[in-house]
Amino acid sequence: MAAVSLRDVRKSYTSDLQVIHGVSVEIADGEFIVILGPSGCGKSTLLRMVAGLETISGGQIDIGGRVVNELEPKDRDIAMVFQNYALYPHMTVYENMSYGLRIKGFSKEIISQRVDRAAGILELKNFLDRKPRALSGGQRQRVAMGRAIVREPQVFLFDEPLSNLDAKLRVQMRGELQSLHRRLGITSLYVTHDQVEAMTLAQRMIVMNGGRAEQIGAPLEVYAKPATVFVAGFIGSPPMNLLPRGDRILGLRPEHLEPCAAAEATLTIEVDLVEPLGGDTLVYGHETGAGAAEGRARVAVRLPAHAPAGNGRLPLRYGPAQEHWFDTASGKRIER
Amino acid sequence: MVERRPVLTFVRHAVLIAGVALVMLPVYVALVASTLPIASIMTVPMPLWPGTEALQNYAAVIAHGSALGSSAPVGRMMVNSLIMALVIACGKISISIISAFAIVYFRFPLRTACFWMIFVTLMLPVEVRILPTYQVVASLGLVNTYTGLTLPLIASATATFLFRQFFLTIPDELAEAARIDGAGPMRFFLDVVVPLSRTNIAALFVIMFIFGWNQYLWPLLVTTQENMYTTVIGIKRMIPGGDAAAEWNLIMATAILAMLPPAAVILLMQKWFVKGLVESEK
Repeated sequence: MAAVSLRDVRKSYTSDLQVIHGVSVEIADGEFIVILGPSGCGKSTLLRMVAGLETISGGQIDIGGRVVNELEPKDRDIAMVFQNYALYPHMTVYENMSYGLRIKGFSKEIISQRVDRAAGILELKNFLDRKPRALSGGQRQRVAMGRAIVREPQVFLFDEPLSNLDAKLRVQMRGELQSLHRRLGITSLYVTHDQVEAMTLAQRMIVMNGGRAEQIGAPLEVYAKPATVFVAGFIGSPPMNLLPRGDRILGLRPEHLEPCAAAEATLTIEVDLVEPLGGDTLVYGHETGAGAAEGRARVAVRLPAHAPAGNGRLPLRYGPAQEHWFDTASGKRIER
Repeated sequence: MVERRPVLTFVRHAVLIAGVALVMLPVYVALVASTLPIASIMTVPMPLWPGTEALQNYAAVIAHGSALGSSAPVGRMMVNSLIMALVIACGKISISIISAFAIVYFRFPLRTACFWMIFVTLMLPVEVRILPTYQVVASLGLVNTYTGLTLPLIASATATFLFRQFFLTIPDELAEAARIDGAGPMRFFLDVVVPLSRTNIAALFVIMFIFGWNQYLWPLLVTTQENMYTTVIGIKRMIPGGDAAAEWNLIMATAILAMLPPAAVILLMQKWFVKGLVESEK
């Protein structure tokens, strides 16, 4: 187990094409960090730089107090789980899990001991003789994790490991990942574009956009105080409503808006879409009225399940404490 | 195609059977001829029922060849042919799988140029460059040697190209996983790439074995001594020039013998061969 630190890490392919613009973060020993961002934001590239699969153009990465910039992946003491699992198709589960140890020259006893232990944790004991092709998606996923666990690395790297699974299995594996981390306590970096995964798994998360870390913080802190307009518009489902107000932007969470009498309304919308979800109802519309001259921003509102909602005008109010303000030019949060 | 009508089924089978008969007839005639004494072959029409001389004919060609044409023993030629076909097939596969591995998995200067150079040689048939090749082989003193017989035919653009196409379908993550597991390039090659390519290797082996076995022009040029003849050359040399009579029963026996090893290779490797051509195993 080890702490990982990234100091002003940069990646450029040519002098004009820079994809990571200096990311710095200190990851504590045993911490579970999720890197979240839309596709193309550089999150996988960042992870692959930690793994050693991409060269580092600038800055410094160190794992357990050792600068690893120039080290081969095998010498970094990391293990990686790939999105498509990358299992060796011609090897059995046992061979897949033990391959790295065999190369390192561990004795047969230690290998079988470690594989047995990992197989026990992941409930793979009955599948050790099978080939990956004879396994289901969830089982393959587990073998990929098993291959990482047997190495007993200092850091786990996950590159969207759950995105090839169906929705139900994803939720289940999410839970297993969490309990695995509790049990092994190994520093983990986890890349995903799924914010639910990020919110549920992360101790801290890094929200990335366009090769920059927009915000680094605990999930609820990021949700409560998004540092930039991008984070505000990315986190939450539906995300924060962003309403232009002069040279500023007003941000309001959908659940912080409540219907009221027309006279008390601080925001009025013209409803055009109602989505009853059972537990609650999502109402979408455009802002109307005096303040809405610019752009007629789109607004989402989360209402209780049985709230009377139909097309037409919906007067809404919100408390001043629920307002988030951002600077239009820089996109940065304005603290009051 | 899924219709089940008796008439259609009948016509379909009739056409197929007629086709097979047409293709098989010459082979059958050769087989029959190889069992007859020379006198009965010379009668018109030639009998189409196997005779009784099979053992004598085959024993004669394997040991002594033909008395009227070349008298090189066919047994020795079969061995030559086998060595040539095996060396060519194995050589082609090992060289092309390694060069395809280099082209796909390594970044080096002029990588694309190298690939295109290999690819361009596909466009030149052996016959076009046979003169300079012969000059080189002769200057190296390799005429009438197994090296001379096989070496010029070993480089294969086709196989390199096929392996390259297959390697491109292996996901990059496998190479990356192997790197993280600590496997160096050659370890990855031997532990992952070669086992994954085994059906392709089998298919190419069959094709290349037959290619090597059936070589005619090159062995004709590069061998001048009877003990280096290959079977295919042997058949030709058994036919005496001019109006001299040929021992067709012995020549046909040699032809049948020449057909056996390629047929055996196909029969033995059929399953792998078809898999390698059809299936793209991930």
